[in-house]
Amino acid sequence: MTKSELIEKLAQKQNHLPYKDVEFAVKALLEQLVQALASGDRVEIRGFGSFSLHYRPPRMGRNPKTGTAVPLSGKYVPHFKPGKDLRERVNSSE
Amino acid sequence: MALTKAELAERLFQDLGLNKREAKDFVEIFFEEIRAALEAGGQVKLSGFGNFNLRTKRQRPGRNPKTGEEIPITARRVVTFHPGQKLKARVEAYSGPNET
Repeated sequence: MTKSELIEKLAQKQNHLPYKDVEFAVKALLEQLVQALASGDRVEIRGFGSFSLHYRPPRMGRNPKTGTAVPLSGKYVPHFKPGKDLRERVNSSE
Repeated sequence: MALTKAELAERLFQDLGLNKREAKDFVEIFFEEIRAALEAGGQVKLSGFGNFNLRTKRQRPGRNPKTGEEIPITARRVVTFHPGQKLKARVEAYSGPNET
C-alpha cells in the first residue's frame, strides 16, 4: 500500500470528508510525525507503536572509490518499535 | 514530551478545521488502515516518511533470562520500519538534547 492508496482507502471510509481534505490530513499527520522526530521528540501511538531516535556514535568511514579514510560525525537515526496490538495482529494471520 | 494521538488530532482540528470528533476518528483510522494492510501481509510505503515491511522469522533457541532455562522462540512474523530519505535527512540534522 502506498500513500496514495492509503488516501484512497481513507477517503472511501470517510465519505463525509472531501477527497482533498483527506489527502491534506494524511500529509499533515505524516509531517507532524517527521517534525516531532526532527526536533528530538518521541512519537507514541497506543496500539500501533512508538518512534524514537537512536544515536550512532562518530566513526571513521571510508570513501569506497578512493579508499581514503573519512571521519563521520555522530548522528541520530529514526527507530520504530511495533506496539502490542500491531505485533499480535501481524503474527496471528497466516 | 512524546507526540500522541491526542496531539495529532488537536492539530487536525486546529489546522484543517475538522471538528474534534472527526479529527480523533481520522487519527484512529489512519493508523488502523496501516495496521490492517500489514496484517493482510502487505508492505506499506509512505513516501517522504518510510516503509513498513514484514519479515518472517524462523524458530530459534532462546533462554528465560531469569531462570536460565532454555525455551524456543517460536517462528513469527514481525514488522520492520525503514525510514525514507527525507525523514533520515531531517533527523540527522538534529544535534542532540544538549544543544539548542
